[in-house]
Amino acid sequence: MSILTTRRVSQIFFLFLFLWFCLATTLGARWFQLRGWPVNWIIQLDPLVGLGTLLTTRTLYAGLVWGLVTVVLTILLGRFFCGWLCPFGTIHHFVGFLARRKRTIKAKMALNRYHAAQAIKYWILVFLMIMAVTSLAVDALRLPRTTPLGFAIILILGLIALIVLTVRQAKPSVPKTLLAVVIMAGGWVLTSFLFHGDWRPVASLQIGLLDPIPLVYRSINLILLPLIDHTTVLASSAPRLYAGTWLIASIFVAAVLLNIIRPRFYCRFVCPLGALFGVLGRFAIWRIGKSREECTDCHLCEKNCEGACQPTRRIRTAECVLCLNCIGDCHHGLMGYHTAPSAAGEIVSPDLSRREFLTATVSGAAAIPLLRIGGNPGPNWNTHLVRPPGSLPENQFLSRCIKCGQCMRICPTNVIHPAGLTAGLEGLWTPVLNFRIGTSGCQHNCIACGNLCPTAAIRPISLAERQGLDRYAALGPIKIGTAFIDRGRCLPWAMDRPCIVCQENCPVSPKAIFTRELFNVVRLQQPLVVKSADATRIHFQTDALVANRYATGDYFCVDPERPDRQRRRIIANTSSSLTVDENYPFEPPPAIQKPVLIQIRLQQPYVDPRLCIGCGVCEHECPVRGKRAIRVTAENESRTREHALLIEG
Amino acid sequence: MARSAKAGASIVAACSIGYWFYDSAGPERQTADATALQIPDYSMPELGNRMSIVRGDNRFKTLELALKSIGGLETFVKKGDRVLLKVNAAFASAPMLAATTHPDMVTALTRLCLKAGAASVSVTDNPINDPASCFRLTGIEQAARSAGATIVLPQKEFFKPYSLPQAQLIRKWPVLYDPLSRVDKIIGTAPVKDHHRSGASMIMKNWYGLLGGRRNIFHQDIHTIIKELAMMIKPTLVVLDGTTTMMHNGPTGGSLSDLKNTATMIVSTDQVAADACGATLLDKTVADLAFIKKAEAIGLGTADFRSLGPVMESL
Repeated sequence: MSILTTRRVSQIFFLFLFLWFCLATTLGARWFQLRGWPVNWIIQLDPLVGLGTLLTTRTLYAGLVWGLVTVVLTILLGRFFCGWLCPFGTIHHFVGFLARRKRTIKAKMALNRYHAAQAIKYWILVFLMIMAVTSLAVDALRLPRTTPLGFAIILILGLIALIVLTVRQAKPSVPKTLLAVVIMAGGWVLTSFLFHGDWRPVASLQIGLLDPIPLVYRSINLILLPLIDHTTVLASSAPRLYAGTWLIASIFVAAVLLNIIRPRFYCRFVCPLGALFGVLGRFAIWRIGKSREECTDCHLCEKNCEGACQPTRRIRTAECVLCLNCIGDCHHGLMGYHTAPSAAGEIVSPDLSRREFLTATVSGAAAIPLLRIGGNPGPNWNTHLVRPPGSLPENQFLSRCIKCGQCMRICPTNVIHPAGLTAGLEGLWTPVLNFRIGTSGCQHNCIACGNLCPTAAIRPISLAERQGLDRYAALGPIKIGTAFIDRGRCLPWAMDRPCIVCQENCPVSPKAIFTRELFNVVRLQQPLVVKSADATRIHFQTDALVANRYATGDYFCVDPERPDRQRRRIIANTSSSLTVDENYPFEPPPAIQKPVLIQIRLQQPYVDPRLCIGCGVCEHECPVRGKRAIRVTAENESRTREHALLIEG
Repeated sequence: MARSAKAGASIVAACSIGYWFYDSAGPERQTADATALQIPDYSMPELGNRMSIVRGDNRFKTLELALKSIGGLETFVKKGDRVLLKVNAAFASAPMLAATTHPDMVTALTRLCLKAGAASVSVTDNPINDPASCFRLTGIEQAARSAGATIVLPQKEFFKPYSLPQAQLIRKWPVLYDPLSRVDKIIGTAPVKDHHRSGASMIMKNWYGLLGGRRNIFHQDIHTIIKELAMMIKPTLVVLDGTTTMMHNGPTGGSLSDLKNTATMIVSTDQVAADACGATLLDKTVADLAFIKKAEAIGLGTADFRSLGPVMESL
């Protein structure tokens, strides 16, 4: 099998493996459902996720350690991930191939020529990484004040290193170096006084916006599979809806269609992961290159060059995605993958000028503090942002969530949705609960999302912790919000209609929704003046009643003249008469010529905030289908004491 | 070869970073930092309980006489002491509306402290309205400055999570710890005010201004929080200013018609007794104010202030 065939097999294998993982991310124990499938594996192999969370949280969470495998292989081999593994890359590869299939060789060569704009992906990488590194950087800047000893050690080591480097130079000038060190150290000390308070919350992980792996997971999970659901093939446990996916779809479709303009457009110009690999592969042991400098200059090797890395001339190794097409296309056998650098020379560094790097750094560092001037997260937090159970406090959540959509896919009730601007621009596509969509609210017996979340933005909680059992009894159940009754919309509160569907569906025991009984006088066009009456049946002088309307069991007849004002349940009525329950006869019967009243028995719902966990089952079930009459907002959510509603916290 | 070495070094570096920061369990459930902060006891039990009640309209004179009759402020404030005045600066309203500690109280207390040899006098509160506006509009800032005291505006980093031993509510709660930790003596001073939720806002309720965070959720159990505040702060001395009493529409007031001239200055080492005495100015009894009974029940002081044999004077 030729090496090119091997590459294609690898690409197809990983693409289908990825699609399989997406499909299998369905709660259940059948072979095609979640069971033990390592559905996060491709996310975990993505070192940008590992590196990003490492910078924001200073930890490498569980499976993300797989990223190291990719890093090590990339250091040895170059960007193999892009050309051999990345499912998004494979899609681009294939679409790009289709799009240029009928072009001339010359046109293909032109399409695959290196473009200066390929540096943009490095800007993007720097921009996203700097956002993540803010808190770490501030801590480093504060080092002279927080850890003077550490600062001194760094200073001395730096000084020694610089002096050694200076002395080794052609024209050494030690005083100049010393002056530079003094200025830098002084600047560092002065800067350390600029920052106070806790800067750790300012780290924000935004790689998920453009990192191809979360992007492709999100796109397949939230667009492709729900689309399939609407055919006769069911790709989910039940047909899925996801709020606001138009943006996700637009970006995915645009990224795929851009391959018509240039093959692997996304990989070449946008992909921050590819940029990271480009940097990591700088010292790769094996690399693509020419074995001899002289060749016929036929440029055929650039005909199908996926990375646009100009193998004909000085090859840009950071751009090479190891598609190996050049090896197959060179008719003279000059191209190869070997340990020696290309005979025509190499450009190993990414094409990123110092000015561009600085611009990306400064804008990245400013972006998150700038967004947070809006006060969100913070005093201006959005009460509609109900996060899945086990979600970390918002600052920490934003420092972990990669917007991959795995929680949204696994959620058995389809209640988790990608946020639009509910969580602010920073929280775009992070999970938010939407109780109007889905098959139920957030189920009391489910902990799927947190146990799947690849970065622990939603913690892997146990059922005992969620429900506040066993050793969590003192902490109580995890609350994600509180239900509030809108008394202007609630049927028993505003419209004299019995209902309490919310109370019936409240899943906690004892129920968080309770009722108070109330009897309201029914509004009639005319008073019910008694024409004749016996112990159980009353005839009226007018035809004021709608037949049978009051026979539901919720209506009662009251004779206001009686001192006891005892209510008697109506069991039947015609337009001009009603019959009451024979167990409570009128004795004596109501007086002729006097009016009686009809009352309706209502149970008005109340929420006990001590018991409500914010699961939203009530909101989901509420029969007021538009804007629900009971709605959950994030008040009293366990994850942040600042959102506490009750003294008991 | 150099390239292989560099590649090898990169691999080693990446793997060691990965190993070093590896976290198999993920983050823990969030709980506030448990700190073992202690708030010092500022009281001087060796002096015994002392109390005086002086009638008169002029705060300078009544205060001076009241202090003199329990031995003078120099009995409580020694040379070199750093003193904190915990005022009531809750609202950004004018001094004549008596919703806040009167600036004359700040002037008089600061002068007397400095006269007694205090090394420094600081004035603090975590008000409800905007802090800077509160200190400015109440006249407290100007009074403190002129008399030689410093204003400590509450800053975020001054608050530390604190757990009060045996408390039900003040647990891992942000407390204005920084100014408390920097002084040797605390004098609490507050006006006598109607308070719709608790019945009265006097000395004990005034410690509320040492709490940070979402403290208003404690209104769900107001008497317990006031009791716990009195447990938290053991003051050197308290001065309850009943020169003018806010009889209704408290605790903000806003109109002179809410006020009544009650011409009384109460100085006490026992904050419960001071509040019990202040209650009489509001035409209330101890039975109306559950927090007084609660504080008394756990031995923070006596609700029967007359049992302390207060010195009664009149100008």
